[in-house]
Amino acid sequence: MNLNAFWEYANPKKFIQTADWLLPWFAGLAAVTLVSGLIWGFFFTPADYRQGSTVKIIYLHVPSALMAINAWLMMLVTSLIWIVRRHHVSALAARAAAPVGMVMTLIALVTGAIWGQPMWGTWWAWDPRLTSFLILFLFYLGYIALWEAIENDDTAADLTSILCLVGSVFALLSRYAVNFWNQGLHQGASLSLDKEENVADVFWYPLLVCMAGFVFLFIALVLMRTRTEIRARRMRALLARERMGA
Amino acid sequence: MMPDLGKYAEAVLSSYAVSILMIVVLVMLSVRRSNRVKKELQEVESKVKSNG
Repeated sequence: MNLNAFWEYANPKKFIQTADWLLPWFAGLAAVTLVSGLIWGFFFTPADYRQGSTVKIIYLHVPSALMAINAWLMMLVTSLIWIVRRHHVSALAARAAAPVGMVMTLIALVTGAIWGQPMWGTWWAWDPRLTSFLILFLFYLGYIALWEAIENDDTAADLTSILCLVGSVFALLSRYAVNFWNQGLHQGASLSLDKEENVADVFWYPLLVCMAGFVFLFIALVLMRTRTEIRARRMRALLARERMGA
Repeated sequence: MMPDLGKYAEAVLSSYAVSILMIVVLVMLSVRRSNRVKKELQEVESKVKSNG
């Protein structure tokens, strides 16, 4: 693959053209997979012999937790591109992804608490995975607040990129906490290549469709929000030029 | 049609309601801001063009 062709998308105009073309496809895919996956999981899967009908929460909890972590990792990659190559589109893509990632983290935390209450007898425990997810949520809040607080776009992109690098530690901790901390209430990873550890097929297939739905939703929202951030940045630049000319 | 959720019905239904609500609000706010910024940019661009 020609890497130079990839950098063409760092051109705001080219990015907007591509996003205009891709957005309806990803939005359509997100709608179809999310609706069908959730209907399949909610209406057509049995109750679990241990967890009863609460197992149906898995179709929201696992995909949202997956996207909460991967959204931050996507922000990490685009922040690194900004730091190294100074492409504005990459910094704006990170900015655009943050509220989406924050909502995904919030869904994972809320559904986890609602699921935990009947299973563990408590809404919350200072368990390694739960705590690292809460810290990840606070990092999302801080990241969004930092973008809003700084007027100069380049300075904001610099500082938020550094914050993103620091927060990546917690994003990775959220992912791997269950693997290396055995204490805590949270069960091991629901998804595993080990057939014995992975969830049963009857839950796995609709879960796979829901995860695809969350991924497509994330891509569609980030494309749309990045396009919006590019336009907003151009508008700020034009208004600043007008003010200087007046 | 509605599956029997037993004693956990409240937990399951509230999880779905809260999550779907959050997703719908996120999508609506993103679409609304996208339309608003696009319109405002067009206005600013036409104003800049007319000012030379």
